[in-house]
Amino acid sequence: MATANVSGDCQKELWRRLGEVNDPELDEPITEMGFVERADVTGDGSVDVDFRLPTYWCSPNFAFLMLDGVRKALDQLSWSPAYRVKLHDHMFADEVNRGMAEGKTFGDIFAVLAEDQDLGALRETFAMKAFKRRQEAVLRGLKANGLTNREIVGMDLPAYDVARFEPGEAAKQKPRYRAALLERFPDRRVDDSVFVTWEGLPIPPDALGAHLAELRGVRINMEFNGALCRGLKQTRYKELDVVDGEPTLVDFILDRVPARAAPTA
Amino acid sequence: MYRTPEGKDIFVVDGHTHFWDGSPENQKNIHGKQFIECFYAYHTGLSPKEQLWEKSKFEKYSADDLYRDLFIDGPDDVAIVQSTYLKDFYKNGFNTIERNAEVAKRYPERFIVNGAFDPRDGEKALEYIHFLKETYNVKGVKMYTAEWNGASKGWKLTDPDAYKCFELCDKLGIRNIHVHKGPTIIPLSKDAFDVHDVDHAATDFQNLNWIVEHCGLPRLDDFCWIATQETNVYGGLAVALPFIHSRPRYFGEVIAELLFWLGPEKILFGSDYAIWTPRWLVEKFWAYQIPEDIAAERGVQLTDEIKEKILGLNAARLYNIDVEAKKKALASSPFSIAAE
Repeated sequence: MATANVSGDCQKELWRRLGEVNDPELDEPITEMGFVERADVTGDGSVDVDFRLPTYWCSPNFAFLMLDGVRKALDQLSWSPAYRVKLHDHMFADEVNRGMAEGKTFGDIFAVLAEDQDLGALRETFAMKAFKRRQEAVLRGLKANGLTNREIVGMDLPAYDVARFEPGEAAKQKPRYRAALLERFPDRRVDDSVFVTWEGLPIPPDALGAHLAELRGVRINMEFNGALCRGLKQTRYKELDVVDGEPTLVDFILDRVPARAAPTA
Repeated sequence: MYRTPEGKDIFVVDGHTHFWDGSPENQKNIHGKQFIECFYAYHTGLSPKEQLWEKSKFEKYSADDLYRDLFIDGPDDVAIVQSTYLKDFYKNGFNTIERNAEVAKRYPERFIVNGAFDPRDGEKALEYIHFLKETYNVKGVKMYTAEWNGASKGWKLTDPDAYKCFELCDKLGIRNIHVHKGPTIIPLSKDAFDVHDVDHAATDFQNLNWIVEHCGLPRLDDFCWIATQETNVYGGLAVALPFIHSRPRYFGEVIAELLFWLGPEKILFGSDYAIWTPRWLVEKFWAYQIPEDIAAERGVQLTDEIKEKILGLNAARLYNIDVEAKKKALASSPFSIAAE
């Protein structure tokens, strides 16, 4: 049984690592979005990952960023396994899979189609959006906790770390905002305010309302994508909505029921 | 006509409808198959369960389905039916103006048929715009900037060829330019649904009305900024509105932003039929109130008066519909559709 335990530990580590990869556009873990259809550690320790996006049309640069994230996550696995990552049912699946297997960059894979692609700038944009979305959730949580604007914008890291939230978005985003803050401002002092703009400017207490309105705009866009992606993915994966253990009429209309039993080739 | 629970009659212009053929027989390739499947996923992802259609009906529905869903079971007085050719994906096109004009012929009072053209066709596009005007007397067009055309995977409203087309539209009195700016999909390198080109085109063509479908979501902030600067930029609610069912609070945030930035005169209702049907959308919209904290933060309200503008009066203004005259005309031309 020792072998089984080892493989179980590997499996856990694999999913934990994959859970650290975010959909860059949504800032949500790819595992929570259900994009990782299968991730297995085989008998010889090598790793197989099947990846599927909500639609055939998902922007290939986003697909590439996620798969690149998966590649990096797998490189960090403690037993350094060989691995195979496969993108399914995407309009550029063949190109991406071939290119990934050969360790190519996005630019190499799509040299013809993506002349002016600058993934570095795209990554930076996504990092900014994630920073803002996470910050908004925590700020709204602190306001809901009854803190004044002055208390909030004056908060330093030790005070931040002891803040507590009811279960919900603020609680979920608290450690994620901390990580984004430290990544963005690695040289910040421990007593600097935790809440600054993406450019590093302080937020005056009376400007917090306008700042929050701007952050809300960012979140509205990201949530739109997130909600659509979840909706599309659910249909595409033909997930079963089980009510009282039985498929509903909807599942039959959508042809989900037989599809569930179909073999995954 | 939508009769409210209080008994008031509301004039409804559905700014965004389709009569498409996405059936397997018409699909040219895998892209055609995946395109209609993506639409179907929108339908199943955001509709109330009792409104779901079977896939085969969704792929290709009848003219009678359309009349019933829009005007008999549905509340629409007038429907603007958009054309989207997608000839690289579908043998006979997805919903061409020929197909739309045919379905509209039976009830001409009820339909506004819009054309479409592709500026990348150069001289041919200009000839085609003349043809659209002469043959169908179009008042508006639908632009789909992410459409593929040979090696091109998208275009911008500010491309020189596009400007030539808009100059001609202006000259011929084709005033309403509907632009699809929606969720991020292909193409690869350029974001063909980026909204910034609307800003330049709207400044340079002040006589034209620029109706940004889907409000540029997920680039709502960019869109709001542009629409605030440009008096001739409008927002179409198609795709944003169905969230009123699945995520009502989220819809509240979106409509509050639109009201705050654009004001109530520049927002247009659209069902995006047959992705969604108008009846449940209009019913839910009429019953809807923005959650208090959101309304307070933005200082906006969605009053009955504003709802009436969004549901029909704003679009009537853009398309020169005399609402009172139209109501009378429709009251005297009853419907008949084939018995099933």
